[in-house]
Amino acid sequence: MSTITPLPVLTPKDFASDQEIRWCPRCGDYSILAQVKKILPTLGVPREKFVFVSGIGCSSRFPYYLNTYGVHGIHGRAPAIATGLKLSRPDLQVWVITGDGDALSIGGNHLLHAIRRNVNLKILLFNNQIYGLTKGQYSPTSPQGQKTKSTPFGAVDRPLSPLSVAIGAGATFAARSVDVDIQHLTMVLERAAHHEGTAFVEVYQDCNVFNTGAFEYASDKATKNEHCIYLEQGKPLVFGKQGERGVRLNGKGLPEIVDVASIASDDLLFHDEQADDPSHAFRLAQMRWPLSPEPMGVFRAVSRPTFDGAVVQQVQDVEAKLGPGNLDELFAGAETWEVV
Amino acid sequence: MTALVDTAPERPLESLESVVIRFCGDSGDGMQLAGTQFTNVSAAFGNDVSTLPDFPAEIRAPAGSLAGVSGYQLCFSSHEIFTPGDEVDTLVAMNPAALKTNLGDLRSGGTLIVNSDAFDKGNLTKAHYSSDPLSDAQVTSSYNLHTVPMTRLTRDAVEGLGLSQREADRCKNFFALGLVYWLYDRDPGPTREWILEKFGKKPQFAEANLRALQAGVNYGDSTESFTTHYRVAPAKLPPGRYRKIMGNEALAYAMAAAAKLSGKELFYAGYPITPASDILHNLAELKNFGIKTFQAEDEISAVTSAVGASFGGAIAVTASSGPGIALKGEGLGLAVMTELPLVVIDVQRGGPSTGLPTKTEQSDLLMTMYGRNGDCPMPVLAAQSPGDCFTMMLEAIRLAVGFMTPVFLLTDGYIANGAEPWSIPKISDLEPIEIKHPTSPPTNENAYLPYLRDERLVRPWAIPGTPGLEHRIGGIEKADVTGNICYDAENHEHMTRIRRQKVANIADAIPPQTVEGPASGDVLLVSWGGTFGAVRTAAAEARRRGESVAHCHLRYLNPFPRNLGTILSRYRRVLVPELNSGQLRMILRSTFLVDAIGVNKVQGKPFLVNELLKAIEHAVVK
Repeated sequence: MSTITPLPVLTPKDFASDQEIRWCPRCGDYSILAQVKKILPTLGVPREKFVFVSGIGCSSRFPYYLNTYGVHGIHGRAPAIATGLKLSRPDLQVWVITGDGDALSIGGNHLLHAIRRNVNLKILLFNNQIYGLTKGQYSPTSPQGQKTKSTPFGAVDRPLSPLSVAIGAGATFAARSVDVDIQHLTMVLERAAHHEGTAFVEVYQDCNVFNTGAFEYASDKATKNEHCIYLEQGKPLVFGKQGERGVRLNGKGLPEIVDVASIASDDLLFHDEQADDPSHAFRLAQMRWPLSPEPMGVFRAVSRPTFDGAVVQQVQDVEAKLGPGNLDELFAGAETWEVV
Repeated sequence: MTALVDTAPERPLESLESVVIRFCGDSGDGMQLAGTQFTNVSAAFGNDVSTLPDFPAEIRAPAGSLAGVSGYQLCFSSHEIFTPGDEVDTLVAMNPAALKTNLGDLRSGGTLIVNSDAFDKGNLTKAHYSSDPLSDAQVTSSYNLHTVPMTRLTRDAVEGLGLSQREADRCKNFFALGLVYWLYDRDPGPTREWILEKFGKKPQFAEANLRALQAGVNYGDSTESFTTHYRVAPAKLPPGRYRKIMGNEALAYAMAAAAKLSGKELFYAGYPITPASDILHNLAELKNFGIKTFQAEDEISAVTSAVGASFGGAIAVTASSGPGIALKGEGLGLAVMTELPLVVIDVQRGGPSTGLPTKTEQSDLLMTMYGRNGDCPMPVLAAQSPGDCFTMMLEAIRLAVGFMTPVFLLTDGYIANGAEPWSIPKISDLEPIEIKHPTSPPTNENAYLPYLRDERLVRPWAIPGTPGLEHRIGGIEKADVTGNICYDAENHEHMTRIRRQKVANIADAIPPQTVEGPASGDVLLVSWGGTFGAVRTAAAEARRRGESVAHCHLRYLNPFPRNLGTILSRYRRVLVPELNSGQLRMILRSTFLVDAIGVNKVQGKPFLVNELLKAIEHAVVK
């Protein structure tokens, strides 16, 4: 006879560490931390199986504030640390916490390869379009023209779109939300947590010291519906106070804004996060405020074999084929001789 | 020393103690293969062997060019040897460029076998010869020259098999090998078997190579050109079962052994780099030995993924060569700060920057000792020969997991690709590697203390998945005992001292230093790494000449064995031969205030015994 031993019921408090949080007052990171703490107990994973891995930057202090296992790594390398950890311990649920500078500048290579390999990681990129910890230099996501300490006359180089990078690298899950949009962020984080493979989430995060208000268009409750399209699987892309405006593809296959009332509803662009071809998700990632309304939510969620799963599978296949390795045979090799 | 032992009907068979052969030719001529086959056959015959492959950095430099010459030197002997030899007894040169770049190493009166078909005007020009060296009186009078039309004879031998001319010509290394087999009375049987196995799926290629091999043997046997052939009796090595092993192979085997001996999974991460890539190649074959390999996107990912795996509880190893080790520096600092076990192999090559990728050097010692930001101590070990790579790899893992620290293991291109006979160990004879992960949560309500140390200052290795031991570690300075972030001034100094003292404590866990030769006297040679064989041989030769010379070979460079200072004080002069500008010498001088004298060579090549003998003579006279 076997009995089911119920897991202890954990609450967000069980995931809080004893460390004093040292982010600036009103930093967007507080809200993200709160939402993560809220969903962790709901995932059915014991607390000791979570590992939070981060790089360097304000966001990367995150692991210290959770009472899970954690590694505060070095600048840009969190995806690589997490890949090694996940390969050696596929039983763990590994989260990567990173920022726009950490993930896309110094750590760009590791992010790219974690995504294209589809390592089973949850990667949260806190995008505040600024280097906060080093006190205010422009980042690879800062808009052109942005004046910062290192660009007193405005940034001249073009920014990266994190979601375009992720989808271009073959992301199997790519999503975006906003730090203070609590319900939406919770939904996105839950979706990411349940995804098998690299779940890449860009979170717009307000740095209220060096770059405040950068995402007001997406966080201001009164106007965000005018600026953002909240993606829903199988639903048309609409926005506006009452959803009165929508997106359709013109004759060149490019998105254009239309009045929903003026066209047949079938002519609108419908969201398909599960599309095999990533073109739809990429097109959405290219739609950026203020040139166009900006999509929020899950851009892409497809099922593909994970890297860690494939590595384990290969080991099992080789063992099944060759049997467990015999070290004495290995040491002896093909040709030996006896000295008497 | 030679003695006539046998007289065959046609040609006498002379007995030699030791022979040095070098095969050289174009990169595409298969010289590494010919050298490897001769080595295998000699090792299996029971000779002691030592090899020195020497290949260009270019995969295929233009055919016939000086840059494209590839060589393989081996010494086989009826007594114990430690080097592939100073002077070459028999040189096989497949083209003019190979002759030009290698003839200087052939001893006067040595045997010179050339493929005369390759000495056409075009190849002579590419080798910058203004006239044919084969008719140069200097060459013909100084060496025992054999001009053999190998290309034509090989084509004749494979005729009728339907091979293209290019395919036929690729068999001529086996012709050369067959000829040298005859010259040294070697059994071509094992090479025949190798050909049949290698080309099993392409019978016409197997047949062609077999025919070329036999044609070479027959050529030696039937032509009047060779008046004598030679035999080198088996060596008297310690009893046991032997095989031939290369350094990079031995490293891989030791990692497989460590997985078994510890009952843990071994995680290896690497990024392709010469001359370390073979470690990854060897390990990737061993998936059924508890090994996971990861070809990372760069050197930084290789080291940091290993740190991640180590946090997860795996035995983690990464390897590279100089430029890659430079990139790993920051990741190693993280491993030092988080006090996680990790082994980093540095297969040294000529530097700085890209340097000499395929040539050997010992110039990374100071980088491995000091090349990280902050006070960042790491233990440093060095293997002394191909077979010793096995022993020292296991030792590096033992110290890493035993002391919760990243450990450097230094090898070099010479021992990574060089081969020697290896007394095959039994896995059951190797000592188990004890690893304990704490499992009990703190009994009180307090958080787990990841930096609570034992009497050796070693912290516990608690791994994710263990309930109640949740903790966070990272690169920021941490408070003693709790591991929490801490910027306190006194604590930082305290932690810096603890990290240094922990590594220093390893001196209690390593064997005392031994010395070969007199326990006190005129000259002490202090060496480390792949120069072991040349220095050991030179010291023995100096003693044979009546001089008071001892040899101290270091396998532990940080910390040093506790008795090293006493040893250094017992000799009038301390000589430090190194393939760098004096790195160990600098450390010895600063650590022991000893007036050590450097013997330094930075040419991408190992020491010759004669070079060291000259340095010893100079030191004794002074």
